Amino acid sequence: MPMGAITFDISLAFYFCAMLFALLDLSRSTKILPRLMLMSAYLGFGFHTIYIFYSGFSAGHVPFVNPHQATSFFAWCMFLLFFVLEYRYKLGLLGSFITPFAFAFMFISFLLPAGMSPLPPILRSQWLGVHTIFAFLANAAFAMAAGVGVMYLVQEHYVKSKNLGGLFARLPSLHVLDEINYRLITIGFPMFTVAIISGSIWADDAWGSYISWEPRQVWAIISWLIFGIVLHARFLAGWRGRRAALLTILGFLTIIGAFAGLALLHKGQHVFL
Amino acid sequence: MRIIVAGLNHKSADVEVREKLAFSGPDRLEKGLRALRALPQIREAVIISTCNRVEMYMSVEEPGEAIRQVKRFISSFHDIPAGLLDKALYFYEDTVAVRHIFRVASSLDSMVVGEPQILGQVKEAFQFALDKKATGVLMNRLMKKAISVAKRVRTETKVAENAVSISFAAVQLARKIFNDLAGKSVLLLGAGEMAELAARYLMTNGISAIVVANRTFERGCELARAFGGRAVEFDLFKEEMIHSDIVLCSTGAPDYVLLKQDVHEIMKERKQRPVFIIDISVPRNIDPGVNGLGNVYLYNVDDLQGVVDNNRDERGREASKAEDIIAGEVEVFERWAASLETVPTIVAFRQKALQIGEDELERLFHKSAFDEKEQEAIRHAVSAVISKLIHPPTAALKEDAEDRDMLMALMRKLYDLNGDPE
Repeated sequence: MPMGAITFDISLAFYFCAMLFALLDLSRSTKILPRLMLMSAYLGFGFHTIYIFYSGFSAGHVPFVNPHQATSFFAWCMFLLFFVLEYRYKLGLLGSFITPFAFAFMFISFLLPAGMSPLPPILRSQWLGVHTIFAFLANAAFAMAAGVGVMYLVQEHYVKSKNLGGLFARLPSLHVLDEINYRLITIGFPMFTVAIISGSIWADDAWGSYISWEPRQVWAIISWLIFGIVLHARFLAGWRGRRAALLTILGFLTIIGAFAGLALLHKGQHVFL
Repeated sequence: MRIIVAGLNHKSADVEVREKLAFSGPDRLEKGLRALRALPQIREAVIISTCNRVEMYMSVEEPGEAIRQVKRFISSFHDIPAGLLDKALYFYEDTVAVRHIFRVASSLDSMVVGEPQILGQVKEAFQFALDKKATGVLMNRLMKKAISVAKRVRTETKVAENAVSISFAAVQLARKIFNDLAGKSVLLLGAGEMAELAARYLMTNGISAIVVANRTFERGCELARAFGGRAVEFDLFKEEMIHSDIVLCSTGAPDYVLLKQDVHEIMKERKQRPVFIIDISVPRNIDPGVNGLGNVYLYNVDDLQGVVDNNRDERGREASKAEDIIAGEVEVFERWAASLETVPTIVAFRQKALQIGEDELERLFHKSAFDEKEQEAIRHAVSAVISKLIHPPTAALKEDAEDRDMLMALMRKLYDLNGDPE
């Protein structure tokens, strides 16, 4: 499908430009770079959206059923959330910390085979859409939370070390970064919960048990627990700021670990990812 | 007459000693001024009494004896054993004393260099002494000059910007921690001048609540009233910290008033909500280890200074520029003060010469009969001779020569002028 491939490539190119502008933005403060970055990201996102719809229509089901599609859709979710945050909070330098992540997923997707094999019978379920969309959106929210967590750690390092050069003046305040980290997790966590519940109902349909303790499921539960702890500890013990940021990053790493390690190895019953 | 200063400041004495030696309130200040002036050695006196310094500027007959008397006075007036004072007090004479008041007024001797309040306090102290007629020609000139020097330093150097930018840096940091200062509360530990300035800056940037905890409760109340806040007993400040987002500390205590363990407990109570602690005290009042705790950000004066200006050369240049101005002004003042001493000599010399002429003419006119015209001519001739004779030595005295003191002493001896120098 040449039409699909072209829109994907164009989108990848725009995302690359967005990342380039975002990284340049770190080295010098200008008005033009953030605008160029956003513009490129919007364009990339537009073409990316066309690509995803096109794939979906031509396949007749949600197009997130192989690693190529999954990583591509994950990048799409991250850009979507990035635009929302950018619009809502206008955080300085957010793009510089998010676009490289998102681009990385897009690039991995580019490297993976895009070929569309017929949908395996096990995936033919009404749960496919619910499970995958919630899982991806939740993971994207966690990814953003981790990105914001990194920003928090960088900014806190400036304040604690009393060296206020570098990006100190341009990074958002600690309060805002912590607050956004918290909000992203409070959005991501219920969605992640829905994904896990729908997944286990689906598993019960397909395999006759809600959970079969295969690696993908175990990792998902570990990630779910970590983000549960982030929320719970903040509420009860006031684990905020640095601790919340570190835990968020740890949680996101478990997600990435599961995503990359297991999906690419093609192991377990959780066939496509 | 010689200038001396006796005093103590935040560097020489702990807050406990400073508080004991302070002349707090106009009544006590007036009593102090009067008692000081009653000492046989002391001609004029100005007392500057602030949170960070208590200084007595005086013109005296003989510094050594004056210092002994002043020491006894301080010890008895404040009821403090003399032995305790020796470590805290400093005494400067003449040039050193002049430089000292210039540096004090210019805020180079302040805890936070460049803080603006001290000049106002010097003005007030001088005005008070002036009103109570405790000053004379020397103190008036000295204090007026100190004030004008301070103004020069302020306009010609960036030293004064320093304190303002320290407050500004504190606000800038607070913004990077809390984002919005509205709804945040400040706890003022101690009522130092710099803390007051920083608190005012925070208020203008949206801080809504302010609590003052000061050792002297009355002073705390005063400050709280000025800010529309409330005062608490100093011992209760740890309780207050639980509800305070920003803590400004300048108690001037000799040691830490807040330890890491204290803050650890407080943070638990606060549910780890971030707290920004600014320690302006010298020596530091808050355990630096506090900065290692999560969500606690501790900055001391040096840290803020580092924020204000990473370029230490630039700041050094401004401070030394200020010192240059002061050195120049000290010299000008010294020259004036010295000329003050030649004036009586010249006047005495001139009077003596004219008196001799007058006496001799009187005797001559009494014995012999001259008509009006002749009398006038003789008078004129004598006066011209006197003028011509006294002109060179007078000019020599007025000159800014190194050996002027010697010349003056010689002249007083040769012409027997030691009757009344004033």
